[in-house]
Amino acid sequence: MQTSRSAYFRGVSDITPAVIGLMPFGMITGAAATAAGMDPWLALGMSFIMYAGASQLAAISLLIQHAPAPVVVVTILVVNLRFMMYSAAIAPQFRHLSNRKKWLFSYLLVDHGFALLSARFPPGNTGKHREAYYLGFSSFLWVMWQISTAVGIFAGTMIPANWSLDFAIPLVFLALVLPALQSRTHWITAAVAVTAAAFTTAMPMKLGLITAAIAGVAVGAWLDSRSEALKSPEPVK
Amino acid sequence: MSITGDFYTWTIVCAGGAVTLLARASFIVLPPETRVPEWLQRGLKYVAAAVLPALVLPDVLFRDVPAGEVINVFRVVAALLAILVAWKTRNIFATLGAGMVTLWLLQYFKPF
Repeated sequence: MQTSRSAYFRGVSDITPAVIGLMPFGMITGAAATAAGMDPWLALGMSFIMYAGASQLAAISLLIQHAPAPVVVVTILVVNLRFMMYSAAIAPQFRHLSNRKKWLFSYLLVDHGFALLSARFPPGNTGKHREAYYLGFSSFLWVMWQISTAVGIFAGTMIPANWSLDFAIPLVFLALVLPALQSRTHWITAAVAVTAAAFTTAMPMKLGLITAAIAGVAVGAWLDSRSEALKSPEPVK
Repeated sequence: MSITGDFYTWTIVCAGGAVTLLARASFIVLPPETRVPEWLQRGLKYVAAAVLPALVLPDVLFRDVPAGEVINVFRVVAALLAILVAWKTRNIFATLGAGMVTLWLLQYFKPF
């Protein structure tokens, strides 16, 4: 018979391959923070408070450029908007939880965990031990992320500045975005955003990034709605 | 080049953590009958494709620009190669390796 305890450890073992892939990414995030001259305690605090690698890298990149606080915060939000999609998809499975647990489980919600949960508990499944399972894999993921960023932060202090380790930040973003460009509309979105970013770099307060992002999303969403309208015309009423 | 751990930056990080938590919690804590509005769903599909390239551009073009130049050519070449590798392999570490090694080689030999 399955117990909560065994569900917890099944979670840990199911997430282990993803953790092995995530650890170098955590170390790079930590090392990039140090390479950018970030206070190590601040870098550790960031991993703990934000717990989202891509947005941590985006924040580091903007903080070096002395972007104003609202621009940094809005950028972090925009990079993490994808979590809203996960939140919407996973909400039915968390409905029965107490409010305290809802917030805790939300804090622990990340890309890898979401992928695992969607595979293990497809919508409609009412596995009794999924709470323990979720806590198992997400707490393990959390601990290993904190350890690997900490290792990166302290290893980073030993890497000389002329290695230009901060270049890892745009490289990680490139590696994340290219596989996500799955349609012509996605490519056009990216092209619009890059072009807009190039023309708005002179904008005050680093507002160019947000302007470019809005331009890209607006064009992407518009093309998306147009192609859907072509495919399925509104029924005549 | 440094980011000190003063009150100002700690506040930014805490605010960043708060908005991240709100994005994660959104539909989990909202009433169950809340539906994702269609415009939001449509927009969210393209957020990553717009934001990540817009973040990359200034980091590649305008960081550590040599005196007398407009852009950092070494970083542009290394990034273009990394794009090719990312496209072909879809592997984050191959992309990182290709980009970093290219940049190191260019910075060491300064071929142009």
